[in-house]
Amino acid sequence: MINTERASRGVAPSIVFGLWHTLRKYPVLPGFVFFAVIFMALFAPLLAPFEPDSGSIRTRNLPPFWMANASSDHLLGTDPLGRDILSRTIYGARIAVIVAGSVLVAGGIGGTAIGMLAGYKRGWVDELAMRAVDFTLAMPFLLVALTVVIVLGQSMTLIIVLLILFSWDNFARVVRAEALSLTNIAYVEAARVSGASTKRIILRHILPGVFGTVMIVASLRVGQLILIEATLSFLGAGLPKNVPAWGVMVASGQDFLQTAWWVAAIPGMMIFLVVMAFNFLGDWLRDWLDPKLRQQSH
Amino acid sequence: MIKFVVFRALYALVVLWLISVVVFSLSRASGDPRNIYLDDYATQEMWDAWGVRMGLDKPIVVQYSIWLGDILVGDFGESLSHKKNPLELIKARIPATFQLAGVAFLFSALVGVPLGVISAVKRGSPADYFARTFALLGQAMPVFWVALMAILIFAVELDWVPTSRRGGPDHYILPAITLGWMPAAGLLRITRGAMLDILDSEYIKLARAKGVRPWKIVWKHALRNAMIAPITLAAIVLASFLTGTIVIESVFAWPGLGTLSIEAIKANDFPVMSAVVMMFGLFFLVTNFFVDLLYMLIDPRVRVA
Repeated sequence: MINTERASRGVAPSIVFGLWHTLRKYPVLPGFVFFAVIFMALFAPLLAPFEPDSGSIRTRNLPPFWMANASSDHLLGTDPLGRDILSRTIYGARIAVIVAGSVLVAGGIGGTAIGMLAGYKRGWVDELAMRAVDFTLAMPFLLVALTVVIVLGQSMTLIIVLLILFSWDNFARVVRAEALSLTNIAYVEAARVSGASTKRIILRHILPGVFGTVMIVASLRVGQLILIEATLSFLGAGLPKNVPAWGVMVASGQDFLQTAWWVAAIPGMMIFLVVMAFNFLGDWLRDWLDPKLRQQSH
Repeated sequence: MIKFVVFRALYALVVLWLISVVVFSLSRASGDPRNIYLDDYATQEMWDAWGVRMGLDKPIVVQYSIWLGDILVGDFGESLSHKKNPLELIKARIPATFQLAGVAFLFSALVGVPLGVISAVKRGSPADYFARTFALLGQAMPVFWVALMAILIFAVELDWVPTSRRGGPDHYILPAITLGWMPAAGLLRITRGAMLDILDSEYIKLARAKGVRPWKIVWKHALRNAMIAPITLAAIVLASFLTGTIVIESVFAWPGLGTLSIEAIKANDFPVMSAVVMMFGLFFLVTNFFVDLLYMLIDPRVRVA
């Protein structure tokens, strides 16, 4: 009796401590948010209780469930057009994943290829690539994006292309530095001496060496991409008004702050949570894979 | 040293020229540039006259040099919605933007740097946790959302500050804090990182060993060297201000360059937008140039290189 009591008293704190330790050591909560977002993006039509675009005048500006006069159908309330905010937020995850995902894949592959080529070839290729990186960094991105939208109109493809053009530079710069040092390592020299082609050396010998770095840069970039896309959409220069993107949703609630604050608050909260989760995951991945990048990435 | 200054100045000019090429290409991207320089009320005579003036029958390089020549003398065309020279509109809006950005910059520097120092010196203390949470939130929360929520809480519900527009000092509180938060978070993180490195270095240990007072070590010996890091970040801080002013001005109906560009987007006013892009680009590069000079004055190693 006494023994079990003592044991149980000892066990409980150690579980709590163990849980605390795990939460601090591994990104459990950010990881959960990450998988939740991917899950929502994949299964949006199954998860959403309503169609994201359908609303009716009778259900406009309903408050979320914890407030008075809430409707049991619309858990997170409805917007000024009577559309279900929960459903729109779930579909918003899909938009965010599509935009951030395609930009990261295209910008990542392009930037990595340019960085590897510049670091391996050096000379004028390197010079040209690095000047292009400098130029991309110096461009006032938001303003250029606004101007492009005036001329060409709003569309999802346009936003993705613009974001790709302004996110390859980070990959190129970091990968180039890594490729420069890899080029001098014995196994790359051996491959060159034995007559391997440039293409083979880059794909077989340099790419595996820079892969971890690419993953770190990508994960640190996701949050920023989601923020930029949301900002452009909020300003009316990103995704078109009918798309249920989080930034568009916040903008649609801007004029209803006094009567229906949740319309702007809920999607914005979502952006905040997701960006924070990705920032945590990026930092964690960096420390875990390559602590020496800690200094460079500031 | 003169070589360095000249090199940086030339570099800024080249980038500015490239921005002008981008803007020019955009003006031709929709086909006939008259579509975006003239509105629906333009007569056939105006249409033809603009064709001759812009040299549309000539090669694209000639068209570019005509366009560049116009811009260099301050002719960006005529604003479609205001029927004025875009430069006049910009001139009228500049003071509002600079005042807001100045207050926000003061806020971010006066909060970001000292908090970064305290958080590095008292590592693991409640102050450190507070500072890191402040930075974490600043870098993850969308600026437009923070601004809206601040209006909702402090202006609508509590009624402590006005909701929007320019006015007395109380009109600056919400826009300046929401605009300065993200740059403050960046400054805080970089100052903290630099201070942690420097407090670990030999000369600080020597200063401690010979009995220099702790506050003097931190705020004089260490901070002086740690400040190099935030200054290198200044370009990024400036860029985030640029993005931030547009968002913050649009949320707070602040009559500056940001609202001007938002109005331009809503009215498809290309002449105004092209002028805003060139002016912002110019401003951005000039400040970057001075940051480089400052960097050179503070860090002798740059002068040698």
